[in-house]
Amino acid sequence: MKRLLRIALSTAVVALGLAAPAAAQDTIAQIKQKGTIVVGVKNDYKPWGFLDPSGKIVGLEIDLIDDVAKKLGVKVEMIPVTAANRMEFLQQGRIDMIVATMGDTEARRKVVGMIEPNYYAGATNVLAPKSANLKQWSDLKGRKVCAVQGAYYNRRVSEMYAPDLVVFPAVPDALNALQGGNCIAFLFDDTLIVSTLSGGDAKWANYEMPLVSEDPQLWAIGVRLSDLNAPFGKLIKDMSVEWHKSGRLLELERKWGIKQSPYLIEQNRKLKSS
Amino acid sequence: MGSMQAIADWFKWLAGAHGINVSIAYDAFDRARFLTGLSTTVWLSVACIVLSILVGLVGAWLQGARSPLVRAAVAGFVQFFRNTPPLVQLAFFYFAVSAALPMVTDQFGARVPLVNNVGWAVISFSLFAGAFNIEIFRSGIEAVPQATTEAAEALGYTRLQSYIYVVFPLAFRICLPALGNNLVNLVKTTTLAYAIGVPELLYAAAQVWSETFNVREMMVVLLLTYVAIVAVLVWFMQRWERRLRIPGYNA
Repeated sequence: MKRLLRIALSTAVVALGLAAPAAAQDTIAQIKQKGTIVVGVKNDYKPWGFLDPSGKIVGLEIDLIDDVAKKLGVKVEMIPVTAANRMEFLQQGRIDMIVATMGDTEARRKVVGMIEPNYYAGATNVLAPKSANLKQWSDLKGRKVCAVQGAYYNRRVSEMYAPDLVVFPAVPDALNALQGGNCIAFLFDDTLIVSTLSGGDAKWANYEMPLVSEDPQLWAIGVRLSDLNAPFGKLIKDMSVEWHKSGRLLELERKWGIKQSPYLIEQNRKLKSS
Repeated sequence: MGSMQAIADWFKWLAGAHGINVSIAYDAFDRARFLTGLSTTVWLSVACIVLSILVGLVGAWLQGARSPLVRAAVAGFVQFFRNTPPLVQLAFFYFAVSAALPMVTDQFGARVPLVNNVGWAVISFSLFAGAFNIEIFRSGIEAVPQATTEAAEALGYTRLQSYIYVVFPLAFRICLPALGNNLVNLVKTTTLAYAIGVPELLYAAAQVWSETFNVREMMVVLLLTYVAIVAVLVWFMQRWERRLRIPGYNA
C-alpha cells in the first residue's frame, strides 16, 4: 500500500511539473512575421462579440481588435473562447491576446497581464421571467439559478445568497435552460442582460432584470504577463488610452446600442484633461 | 482534526512556495464543491448501473419474445441508443424532450419541468448503457446450449421461468466480463452530465479551476479520482465473478 501511494504521488508530481507556460520573446515581431494577430474573442456575447446572420464574428470588441490589427498592419484571426479556457489559451501561446469581456480581478492578475486603462466596466445582475417575481438578491436563496462556467461572480453570489447554481459551459445553453424553465433566473453581466432585453426578440418579452446591479467590475484586454511591460503590452496600453481620450469607445458604444456607461464618460473626461 | 489542519497548511505552503495549488486541500469552499461532485458522481454511477442492468435484463428477455412486434421494438431501441452519441442523447432529452413534457409546480410555487437535469442524466445514461447491456446479455443467452433450454421446457418450465431459473443464471456468468467493461464505460460517461449542469466531478473540478486557475493540478486530481472510482468498481466486479463461479462449469 505504501509503495502504491508513493507511485501515485510521484506520478502526480511529474504530471504537475509538465508543460511550463510558453515563454514569449518579442511578441510584436512574432505577430508581424506571422502576418496575423490571433485573438481570443466571445462569439455568444451580444453586442461585444457575437455571430452576425452570415456567421461572421462582429461586435464592439471586434472593432477594437481591428484597430489593433490596423496599427500593426496584420490580419486578424479570431478564436472563440469561454471564460473557462481563455487564460489557458493565452498562457499556452494559442492566442496573442484576450478581448473577451474579461473581468479584471485580483486573482486573474496573477496569471494574465491586464491592460490599463480598462476599456469597460460591467456589473452583476440576473435575467428572470417576470412571473418569478424576484425583488432582491436574497430571493435567490435555494432556487435554481443558471450561470456560465468561469464567471468571476459565481463564487461571490453563491457565498452571499446561496442559490442552487446550475452552471453551463456557454451562454446559449444557459439561456436555453432558462427558457425551458430549468432555472428561475440567469446570473450574468448586466450589459448582456440589457442588450438581450432590448434586442426586441419576442421570446424575451416576459423577462426582466429585476435586481439592483452589484459588484461593479472593470473589464480588461488580457496579454501574457511577460508581454505586459514589453513593447506589445505598451502598444495596447497606449491604444487603450487613445480609445478613451478620442471618444472612440463612446462612439462604439453608440454604434452597438449599448446603454451609456458612466465609466466611459468619466474616463473620457479624465484622460482628455490630463 | 489536528492532522487535517496540518495537511491543509502543508498544501497552502505548497501553493505559496511552489505554485502547485491544490486548492481543494485547504480552501473549504473549493473542497465542499469537490466533495459534492464526488458524491454526485458516485450516486449517479450507482443509479445508472442498477437501472441499466434492469433495462438490459428486461430487453434481453423481450428479445426472445414470440411477437415479432416486440422483438422489432427492442431492436429499434438498441439501434437508436447504441448508434447515437450519448452527449447528443443527453442534450436531446434535456433541451428537446423536456420542453415537450408538462410542467409541475415546485415548493416555491414556480413552474418547473417534470424532470430536472439530474433526472435526465440518470434516464439518458441508463438507456444508453442499457442498450449495450441488452446486447451483452443476448450474447450470454445465445451461448447457453439449446439442449439446456429444451431440458427446462421438458420439465414443464414456462418461458419466463426457464429464463429466470435456468437460462439467465448461466448466461449472466458468461457475460459478466463484458458487462464489467460496459459498466466501467458507463461510470466514465457520467462526466457528460457536465454539459447540462449536473454538479458531478468534472463539473466541480471545472468550477474550481476556472476560478482558482489551477487547471493542471485539478486535472491530475480529477484523473486520479476516476482511477480510484473505477478501481473500486473493477474490484467489485471481479469479486462478484469469483463468487458466482460454478466449479466445473465453463472453466
